Amino acid sequence: MIKKILLASTLALAATASAQAACDINSGRVSIVGNEFPAIQTIGKGAMACAGAGVEVKTNLTADHQKINVAGMTGNPAEYTSAIVANSSIVALMNNDLIRPLDDLVAKFGAGLKKNQLITVNGKIMAVAFMANAQHLVYRKDVLEKAGVGVPKTYEDMLAAAKTIRDKGILQNPVGGAYKAGWNIAQEFNNMYIGYGGEFFKAGTAEVSINNEKGVAALKMMKDLSAYMNPDYLTHDSNATSAEWKAGNVAIMNMWGSRVGPLRETEGSSQVVVDNTAIDAPMTVGGGKTPATTLWWDGWTVSKNISDEDAEATFKALKAAIDPSILNDETKPQAVWLIDGYQPTAAAVGVFAAASMGTRPYPMRPFQGLLHSALGAELADYMQGKESAEKTLADVEAAYTAAAKEKGFLK
Amino acid sequence: MKHRTFFWFFLPTALAMLLFIAMPIVSVITQSLHTAHDQVFIEVENCGPFGCEKEVSVDTEATEKIRREQPLGKWAGLTIYLDRGHLATAEVAEAWRTSADIGSFLSTINNLPFYRAMSFTLTYTFVVTPLLIILGFMIAVAVNALNQKLKGLVIFFSLLPMIVTPLIGSLILFWMIDARGVIGSGLQWLAGDPDLSLKASTGLTWIMLMVYGIWHSAPFAFVVFYAGLQTLPQDTLESAMIDGASRWQRIRYVVIPHILPLVTFVALIQLMDNFRVFEPIVGFNAEAHATSLSWIIYNDLGGETRLLSSAATSSVLTIIGVAILLSPVLVRTWRDFNRKT
Repeated sequence: MIKKILLASTLALAATASAQAACDINSGRVSIVGNEFPAIQTIGKGAMACAGAGVEVKTNLTADHQKINVAGMTGNPAEYTSAIVANSSIVALMNNDLIRPLDDLVAKFGAGLKKNQLITVNGKIMAVAFMANAQHLVYRKDVLEKAGVGVPKTYEDMLAAAKTIRDKGILQNPVGGAYKAGWNIAQEFNNMYIGYGGEFFKAGTAEVSINNEKGVAALKMMKDLSAYMNPDYLTHDSNATSAEWKAGNVAIMNMWGSRVGPLRETEGSSQVVVDNTAIDAPMTVGGGKTPATTLWWDGWTVSKNISDEDAEATFKALKAAIDPSILNDETKPQAVWLIDGYQPTAAAVGVFAAASMGTRPYPMRPFQGLLHSALGAELADYMQGKESAEKTLADVEAAYTAAAKEKGFLK
Repeated sequence: MKHRTFFWFFLPTALAMLLFIAMPIVSVITQSLHTAHDQVFIEVENCGPFGCEKEVSVDTEATEKIRREQPLGKWAGLTIYLDRGHLATAEVAEAWRTSADIGSFLSTINNLPFYRAMSFTLTYTFVVTPLLIILGFMIAVAVNALNQKLKGLVIFFSLLPMIVTPLIGSLILFWMIDARGVIGSGLQWLAGDPDLSLKASTGLTWIMLMVYGIWHSAPFAFVVFYAGLQTLPQDTLESAMIDGASRWQRIRYVVIPHILPLVTFVALIQLMDNFRVFEPIVGFNAEAHATSLSWIIYNDLGGETRLLSSAATSSVLTIIGVAILLSPVLVRTWRDFNRKT
């Protein structure tokens, strides 16, 4: 027993020693705030391994990261030396001028980073991406086979499949979806609206324009789908939808690639569900060619309001955390890594298909977040049948316009 | 007390009140009268793993320069108060002009965020407050009549709803009323309707939130009333009994008049608390059906782009709302005070 403990601690020591060697940090403070899912936890752990004499590393990974990152990076010196962000959430940090350009740090310490990992804005590197993500189709092989329907390629197929599954009495509510009022349902609208070929704003301006036939079609499709969902769908976020999937109540859904891994674990699920969980390309809608989904990257930034010493330590710790050596059997299926040497696993099929089908990335616009909030607050009225699609879209536009005027995006 | 003694006695409290109550209110009011500066846009090229795209971006240097000249932001006066997210004066006037009847006017108004939040908040406040007072009183009278040995145990259990953190309490109930939860499927069985969902219907969600509110706050009323019952003059009670008053008559003519000042106190505290209803809305994921001013503030601060002026304005409106709500009770207390002195 004692031998084992000794062996384990020696191994652990050796591991930290080698990690520190890879980090090559002498001093500084690293404090990371970010979202919470398995791939980001891997990054957090990787950075934590750099802690040592004179080097302090802290992480705060939480689903509420967007509520705290701006406030936590505004002070000088900032509480967080780095925020892990995505293409939507980096905008708030840039709008407030809270992150520093990384060109000099990349030049000095960025050997091995691939060009497509570097997020540049106006020629300056603002973030280093480590994974790609997209929502795509997840389906139950056994249920579709039993119902005698093929794998849906379009949302129209999905509706037809849902009808067949319900009519044959296999499942009462076969469609899943993160339709929770707020951020989630707004994202589903974004997907659908893009699928119908819609543009959110008048070109080159902050003037919203979604109250058109594409917006109406997108809403109608969402409502048609909701008829095949658990009646509580307006309270279901990605977590609750995943739980419904694991409970075997759902057979087809549009779900984040980064959440497929946990769906294939038996905890809280059954072997039948786990064995038959399959993924495929994102669906199109209304005869469009662009898939009704968006592409996302997740990456890390470095705060502006910190000393150069801390910035260097932060950069090095996070660079070590996305070193190709972190890829192993456990971490590989967690995400579609953009790290050198990553070979796509079975869990990556959906995201790769999304990228190859010409899916549009979620727009990095300064005012897209305001529209997202307005959609999240207003769409529930239409979904509950309280008002027409046109009225709801007009409400969204009015809510957005009021907010955009307050923030100075519109005069 | 001499004025001088009173001054030194009161000074620390006054300072603390100035620092922690008055100054934040002044700061919130200032914020609500200013908005962000007009943003300076530049066209940039964003590149990443999925290629490059032309996009507008905020010119941070130019914006920073404007911000340094006027750190408070752009003077906005009352524009935020009057915009669609708050009092929505233009929209209300428009609805008044175009609506055929009062019903359609009200439904248009109810579609605006502020009025929607107010309609739930006021209904909640005026349903929950009286009911929790009645329930709290009933529990207090019942517990008071119990055998001495049982009392301690019963008091402990009666207080539990208040001890449980509101967010946790509402989350536990949220899962119980789920279509697959204990209460949810029980109700489906009772109603004989397998599609019955408490969370999908606005009416049922409101009822659920109010039941939760009563459940959570009744112990507070109970504790206060129970304490009041301990000071009940036994002589009056005994003489009432000798006069042949029934139990109900004793409660009606002796107990209730005795604890009436406490009812005012509980009503005051609970009106204020219920007007700020927030945790149950988050805990029950009920924002699709019910919102409140506090929830609007939370939502403004939690979005990807924080709306600081909007949140400040909602805060000021909340303070005004609480003041209006409490004014009848405060006026009454003041009159009572004057009568006594």
